[in-house]
Amino acid sequence: MSLAQQPAAPVQEPGAPAQPLGLPARRPAVGFRTLLHKEVLRFWKVSFQTVAAPVLTGVLYLLVFGHVLEAHVEAFPGVSYVAFLIPGLVMMSVLQNSFANSSSSLIQSKITGNLVFVLLAPLSHLEFFAAYVLASMVRGLVVGCGVLLVTLWFAPQLLAVKAPLWILVFALASSALLGILGLIAGILSDKFDQLAAFQNFIIMPATFLSGVFYSVHGLPPFWQAVSHLNPFFYLVDGFRYGFFAQADVSPWLSLAVVLLALALAASLALAMLTRGHKIRQ
Amino acid sequence: MLPAIDATDVVKRYEGRRAPVTALAGVSLRIEQGEFFGLLGPNGAGKTTLISIVAGLAHASAGAVKVMGHDVAGDYRNARRMLGVVPQELVFDPFFSVRETLRIQSGYFGLRHNDAWIDEVMAHLDLTAKADANMRALSGGMKRRVLVAQALVHRPPVIVLDEPTAGVDVELRQGLWQFVRRLNREGHTIVLTTHYLEEAQELCGRIGMLRGGRLIALDDTSRLLQRLAGLQVSLRLSGPLPERLRPQLVQADAPRYVLRLAQPAEVEGVLAACRAAGAAIEEIEVGHADLEDVFLQMMSEEPTGVPA
Repeated sequence: MSLAQQPAAPVQEPGAPAQPLGLPARRPAVGFRTLLHKEVLRFWKVSFQTVAAPVLTGVLYLLVFGHVLEAHVEAFPGVSYVAFLIPGLVMMSVLQNSFANSSSSLIQSKITGNLVFVLLAPLSHLEFFAAYVLASMVRGLVVGCGVLLVTLWFAPQLLAVKAPLWILVFALASSALLGILGLIAGILSDKFDQLAAFQNFIIMPATFLSGVFYSVHGLPPFWQAVSHLNPFFYLVDGFRYGFFAQADVSPWLSLAVVLLALALAASLALAMLTRGHKIRQ
Repeated sequence: MLPAIDATDVVKRYEGRRAPVTALAGVSLRIEQGEFFGLLGPNGAGKTTLISIVAGLAHASAGAVKVMGHDVAGDYRNARRMLGVVPQELVFDPFFSVRETLRIQSGYFGLRHNDAWIDEVMAHLDLTAKADANMRALSGGMKRRVLVAQALVHRPPVIVLDEPTAGVDVELRQGLWQFVRRLNREGHTIVLTTHYLEEAQELCGRIGMLRGGRLIALDDTSRLLQRLAGLQVSLRLSGPLPERLRPQLVQADAPRYVLRLAQPAEVEGVLAACRAAGAAIEEIEVGHADLEDVFLQMMSEEPTGVPA
């Protein structure tokens, strides 16, 4: 068949605005779904590295810290340390992997130059944003579920969750927040080491100091106050509330903080995308 | 009919380290549908900057660009649907095969079930045998073909090729031009950037020349070349060149001389002058000037000395 023969070409009215030659009917949201699909495929094709490895890391943390600290720490009354630790580790995995997905995808595409294919496409800023963030959420949640499934074996009592809706809400909100932060870091970074700085000097400290491994109630008052300034603390605390129906602060307060952080991060990321900051000259 | 590309007073300034750099200093250009247009200029002339603004990869500091009537800033989604761009850099996504790459690109443009067309494009570009090969495994020439295929998945009415033959072997170049010519015959508007005059001369119906961010010439290829080149006559003389022919001298390598002619009829005057001076003509050849030379000269001249 020659290029000139174009079946299914929409019939053109004379004088109508010129249409792409023989363009098949477009469907709304296909562009967004394709970018989402591509972003999910991107990490899934190397899932040994992007899913299996972080699950193993989470389990190692549990084995080491759980074993060493089990006898010394009682974070919540009536809750074993291992049981306390597991939701923290799950949330830590969600946070790190959601951030890693959007940020590393974007920086790789920027450095190799193949971001141009997305930039040339008629995708709206919102579609671009939503696809990257959703794919990050998928990766964060898949890894989080993996860690939870494996570690449940060590603390089957966690299966008796107290408030599953809170678990779901905080898992979704946290993965979304870190996916957006990853997007922002990816936009701002021009090189891998700049991105690594975001990861090592912001995301990692904020995660480790968020109460993943301990209850902030056990900290001196000054460090307690500092912890309360860390938005990640509320992600972990709210998530843990879902398992034990007890937490350091009210889950409603945590939710309010998380939603505020989400709104701020999303506005910033969308403003950057709309301006084409650092991705369109 | 709507112009394929309509650029009005496009200015692009970059914030440089010391002073702002002006990449485009007010370019206006109208490319009609169905044209095969060449954007010609040396490196750094602003070709890629202009293309980037048309494609939405860069924002103009001032001025406006429309693609098939759609503003590239205000109505960017429709503008981009009309446009297929083959980028200059050999970029690819290492996670995917050729077919996956083309399916994904179709999807970005809102097209599902585009396989019939993808197969056809791959066949035309000799990519069929590599359809399931990972992008990483392809040679440079093959990657270039995939870039062309990616630009065509949505059958854009306007196709922009940004120096597509840089670093490409002769065979691929010929095949590519054959294919692009055919797309042009079938109604696609083609915009080609190049710094080879020869390439533009061979392919393009109209040429715009950019230098230092300004459009210094814009005309039909034949007219432009005529104006650029004119005629010249090469002579081998038995004696020295007559003094009165000196002003027309382009090149002297005694006993060979090359003289510039404004019109073919001026040959008569040259012959007469030689006869009068007693210099016998041993060889004579009338032809066009070496365009590449004139072109290079033009590209390096000061703006004031340029015919525009």
